[in-house]
Amino acid sequence: MDFRISQEQAELAEGIRAMLAGRLPLERIRANEGAKESIAPDDWSALAETGVFTLTLPEPDGVGLGLADAVVVFEELGRALVPGPLVGTFLAASTGLVDGAAEGTAEVGVHQAGSGPVLVEHLSSLAAVLVVSGFERGSTVRLLSPAPPANDAQRVAAPLCPLTPMWHLPALPAGDPVADVGAQIIRDGTLLTAALQVGHAAETLDLAVAYAKERQQFGKPIGAFQAVQHICADMLVRAEVARCAVHAAACLVDDEEVADAEAATAAMTTERVVQRAVMGAKLLADEAAVRNARAAIQVHGGMGFTWEVPLHLHLKRAHVLSTSFGTPAQLSAALAALA
Amino acid sequence: VDLRYTAAEQAFRDALRAWLGQTLPTLPTAPPAEDWPERRRFDSRWQRLLFEAGYAGVDWPVEGGGRGSSPVEQLIFKEECERAGAPYVGVNFVGLLHAGPTIIAEGGPEQRERYLPPILSGDEVWCQGFSEPDAGSDLASLRTRAVRDGDEYVVTGQKIWTSHAEVADHCELLVRTGEDGHRGITWLIMPMNARGIEIRPLRTIAGSTEFAELFLNDVRIPVANRVGEENDGWRVTMVTLSFERGTAFVGELLESMRLLRALVSLAERLGVSDDTGLRRRIGHLTAAFDALWALTKRNVSEAAQTGIPGVGGSVFKLSFSEHAQALGDLAVEVLDRAALSGDPLHGADGAPLGNDEQLHAWFKSISLTIAAGTSQVQRNIVAERVLGLPRVR
Repeated sequence: MDFRISQEQAELAEGIRAMLAGRLPLERIRANEGAKESIAPDDWSALAETGVFTLTLPEPDGVGLGLADAVVVFEELGRALVPGPLVGTFLAASTGLVDGAAEGTAEVGVHQAGSGPVLVEHLSSLAAVLVVSGFERGSTVRLLSPAPPANDAQRVAAPLCPLTPMWHLPALPAGDPVADVGAQIIRDGTLLTAALQVGHAAETLDLAVAYAKERQQFGKPIGAFQAVQHICADMLVRAEVARCAVHAAACLVDDEEVADAEAATAAMTTERVVQRAVMGAKLLADEAAVRNARAAIQVHGGMGFTWEVPLHLHLKRAHVLSTSFGTPAQLSAALAALA
Repeated sequence: VDLRYTAAEQAFRDALRAWLGQTLPTLPTAPPAEDWPERRRFDSRWQRLLFEAGYAGVDWPVEGGGRGSSPVEQLIFKEECERAGAPYVGVNFVGLLHAGPTIIAEGGPEQRERYLPPILSGDEVWCQGFSEPDAGSDLASLRTRAVRDGDEYVVTGQKIWTSHAEVADHCELLVRTGEDGHRGITWLIMPMNARGIEIRPLRTIAGSTEFAELFLNDVRIPVANRVGEENDGWRVTMVTLSFERGTAFVGELLESMRLLRALVSLAERLGVSDDTGLRRRIGHLTAAFDALWALTKRNVSEAAQTGIPGVGGSVFKLSFSEHAQALGDLAVEVLDRAALSGDPLHGADGAPLGNDEQLHAWFKSISLTIAAGTSQVQRNIVAERVLGLPRVR
C-alpha cells in the first residue's frame, strides 16, 4: 500500500497546471464573465487535445489512466476555475455516448432532475445533455441528443455564477435511457464533481494564506494573528480530508480487488462500499469548497467582498457544483442508510 | 495512490488474524475499570502473550528488541487488534509508546539492556511525569527542580496527568537542571519506589482514576538514570515524537466507527431514525470517519516513505477529535434520558441500550481536543509548519 500521490500523478497535475496557466489564465477566463459562451471553442478543443476528457479511455483513443488520475486532473481544473461542462463531456467521452465529446467538438452537459425549476447550464453550447434522475442506487440516466434548442429556452440574465451561463426551460424532453452505463455515469460524475470541489477548496486556501502573509494591519501581517491563522488551519484540514476521501473513493472504483477487500472487512457489498465512499467524498468536498471560499473571503476582509477579487467566483462555482449529483443535505441524509 | 496491500502485508495480516482468533477466546474477562492492580495483571498478561507470539513492539526497531515492522504493518496490527476486540495497550501505554522508544534512541547500552526487555514482556510498567500544574501546552516552562548531589539528582516539584502512576515501576521524568526554557531540561528515569514520592489520584469528569498527581519531595535519583546529556532533555523528548508513524489514533477511529454503527441501530430500535436532521448528522459522520481512515492511510504511507508522518498527524487529530465529539453529542441526544444513567440499561425489547459505553465515549471525546496537544496548539502547528504563516508566541 502506498496511498501517497504518486510521482506520475504529481507530474500529471503539474503538466495540466502549466497548460492551464499558458492557455487559460484567469484573465482569459474572466473575460467571458456574463457571456453566453463561457469558454471559446478553440480553448475547449485545447482541453480535449490535452486529453482531459479521455483520461480513462484505453489507448490509443484515450490516455489509458484510471479515475484516481482523473480526479487529480479535475482538481486542477477546479483550481483554475475552468468553465464549461467538464464533467458531462468527460462522462460522454469515456462512455462513448456522444460523438465528438472526446475530440472536443461536442460539449455535453449534465442536468440533475429535481422538483424545482428546470435550469440547464451552458445550453447554447451543448450538443447533448445527460439527465440524471438522482445520485442514489437505482437512479437512472437519460441522454438528450441533440440538446434542446437554446432558442426555445429563456436565458437567465443573472446566473449565480457569472461563468456558468444558465437557461430556464419549461420542461425537458424525455430522452433515451442509457441503462448499461447509467450507474457508471452517476458514480464517476459524482466523484469528478467532488474533485473539482477539492480544487476550489485548495485554491481558496492558497489565496487566503498568500493574502494573510502580505496584508499588513496593526504593523504586522494579518497572518501573524492566531485568529486568522486558525481560520487558515481549518481550511487546510477541510481540503486535506476531502482530498483523501476523493482519492480513496477513486481507488475503490479503479481496483475491484481493493473494493472487495474493503467490503469484506466492513461486511458490506462491494457496490455499497463504493457508493458510500463516492457519496461521502462528494459531501465532504462540497462542504470544503463552499466553506473554504467563505473563509477566504473573510480573511480578505473588505477586498473579499469585491467583484474584482476572484473568491466570489470560487464560492459561486462551488455552489453550482454542490447542486449536481446530490446536494450536501441530500447526500448526508442518503449516507445514513449506508452507515 | 494505491490502496492495494502487498503479498507480504497480506500475509502479516492473515497470520495476525489467525493468532488473534486463537488467543482472544483464552483471555479472562477484563477486570473492573478502577481496579488498577487487577488491570495491571490483565494488561501485563496480554503483553506477555504478544511478546511470546513475536508481536511485542511491532513499532520498535529490531535493535531495540522489537519486531521492526513497516508503518503499513503497524497500521494492520492496530486495525486487526481493534477489529478483533483485543485488549488495549492499557497500563503499558507509556512504556511501549514513549519511554521505550526514547531509551532505544537516546539511552546508553546499559539502560537499554536494563529497561527495554521488561517493557516488551509486560513485566514492568512506566508512567509519564511531563506535565505540571503550570506547564501544560507550554511544557518547556516546567519547574520541577533537580539539583545534583554527587552521584544523585535531588528532585523536588509537582507533576500532573501521570497515567497509571500507582501501578508503575518507573517514571519518565522531565526536570529542570539549568536555565529557563528548552535548554535547561533533563530526562530522568525515576524508580517509583524511591522515597519522597506522593501519589494522589486525579479524578476525571468521566469519574475515572487513570491519572494522578505526583508530589516529589527530595526524591533521590541516580545520575546513571539520566537519558541523554544534562540539559538536553527537550531534544531527547522530541526525538521520541519522531517515532510516531501516523497510527496514533487508529484504535480510537475504528472504535468511533463501531460506536456510530451501534448508534444507528439504537436509533432504529428507539424509532427515532426517520428524523432527517438526525440522518444528516449520521451520514456526515459516516463520511468523515471514512475520510479520516483514508487520511490515516495517507499519513502512514508518508511515514513509510520518509520516516515521518509529516503534519498529517495534526490534520488528523484536529478533524478526528471534533468529529468524535460530534458523535458523542449525537449519542447523548439519541439516548435522551437514558444518557442520564451510567449504569447499563435495557430497552423495551430487553436488549442492552449501550448507554454506558456511549456515555463513556462521550466523556472521552471531550478530552480529545485537549490531550496530546490542544486543538488550538495543533492549529498553530499547522499554520506555522504547513502554511508558513508567521510564528507567534
